[in-house]
Amino acid sequence: MIKDLIHSAFDEESKPFWDGLMNEKLLIQYCSDCHQYIFYPRTICPHCFSEDISWQESCGNGRIYSYTVVHQAFGQFKGDTPFVVGIIELDEGVRMMSRIIGDKEQIAIDQPVSVVFAKVENELVLPYFQVT
Amino acid sequence: MKSDRIAAIVGVAESDIGKIPGKNVLQLQAQAAKSALEDAGLTKNDIDAVFTAGNWAWAPNLMLAEYLGIQPKFTDSTNIGGSSFEAHVGHAAAGIEAGLFEVALITYGSTNRTNPSNSTFKSPLTAQYELPYGLPTPVGAYALAAMRHMHQYGTTSEQLAEIAVATRKWALLNEKAYMKEPIEIEDVLNSRKIADPLRLLDCCLVTDGGGAVIVASKNVASKLNKKPVWILGHGESHSHNTIANMPDLTVTSARESGKRAFEMAGITQDEIDVAEIYDSFTITVLLTLESLGFCKPGEGGAFVSGQRTAPGGDFPMNTNGGGLSYCHPGMYGIFLLIEATRQLRGECSSRQVENAKLALVHGTGGVLSSTSTVILGGD
Repeated sequence: MIKDLIHSAFDEESKPFWDGLMNEKLLIQYCSDCHQYIFYPRTICPHCFSEDISWQESCGNGRIYSYTVVHQAFGQFKGDTPFVVGIIELDEGVRMMSRIIGDKEQIAIDQPVSVVFAKVENELVLPYFQVT
Repeated sequence: MKSDRIAAIVGVAESDIGKIPGKNVLQLQAQAAKSALEDAGLTKNDIDAVFTAGNWAWAPNLMLAEYLGIQPKFTDSTNIGGSSFEAHVGHAAAGIEAGLFEVALITYGSTNRTNPSNSTFKSPLTAQYELPYGLPTPVGAYALAAMRHMHQYGTTSEQLAEIAVATRKWALLNEKAYMKEPIEIEDVLNSRKIADPLRLLDCCLVTDGGGAVIVASKNVASKLNKKPVWILGHGESHSHNTIANMPDLTVTSARESGKRAFEMAGITQDEIDVAEIYDSFTITVLLTLESLGFCKPGEGGAFVSGQRTAPGGDFPMNTNGGGLSYCHPGMYGIFLLIEATRQLRGECSSRQVENAKLALVHGTGGVLSSTSTVILGGD
């Protein structure tokens, strides 16, 4: 189970992000002091050390900053190959790792993508992306 | 060039390397430490500072020093991945300059090939945002960087392959090297796909092995039989932990660590005679050459073309055969220091770079996360 890899890390800092996904919302954070978006979730702004941070729903759109087609994977991902992992730059400016799904021929750096809420397991929704 | 001569590498050695079934990481480090002391002409009792890095114990310095029977007055377990040992050399030089100790032992040992350590943590913490996507690490992260570099600058797989082929040529001149067969560009391009655009021969080896480096004060170094290899400059930095947080996938913190090392040494890139640059993957080398300022951003592919870094080329690099073809037991950085020292002493027989006076040693750790640069000078 993918959730087994990560559930021990679910805590007050990260739980709103994972809970948001279960409700098909991609939540990122915003610093009210320096007006920058933040990902991954933190209790202190990595730009200015402010604690005045709030959760906001991302528009879910962005571009592919980079990607790779994985041909050799480990553990429970072994059987998924070939699959595409990318770094997505959201329109809000933050970057996150994700799977990029859909027609591989369309996948290219700088292509616009939008979020797809993938229920990969009973209790786990991941924010995948596909070319728009 | 800076005239200060404060600290020097005075002894180096590998343990057995390659496939070493049955030996543990402490045996390998003890073997390397003893050989390095013999190389230096020093004894165990001369050591007053201990440096190591590993994930084979909760506090590796405690276990190693106890095993070796050393009670140090200075200890440093800086672990920033494969570049840890270049950082250790910098820290040792700083400690010696501050008068804190005179002789430092730096060691590394790994049984990555025959008995890989499986360090698991109770919580993945910030890795929770990457683990669910199945990217194989570290190779997948380096693949993301390579893909971006190709997109931004038109770098090609052939150019990356140039590095693997040149490095193999050096390995064929090193009897200790793991890989013994020559390869051509086509072999790299036809090797198995791992994570696009990287193929098997773009990736380092997975071997067992250990190494040791002895750093001593000028006072100690000047009394020894072998000529000291002076530590002229050092810089270190890290820019991120997870690959999605790397500020620019095409620029490593070598830009900062290298700049500081060159400034401290008071020399420029064109004065370097031999370069030992961490080659976990071919792309690691290409990004590092650019970030260190040997060429401009985007020009790394052209820089390594035409077998420029091979034996006989005008930029001798990774002269032991590198992590790609000589050995790579997990955190390879200590072997870069060992080779640079031997080159500056003129001990490398058929692979000796003629008249090598200044060497650049550069480690990269994690997923292009940490860098540490050391500039060494012959006596």
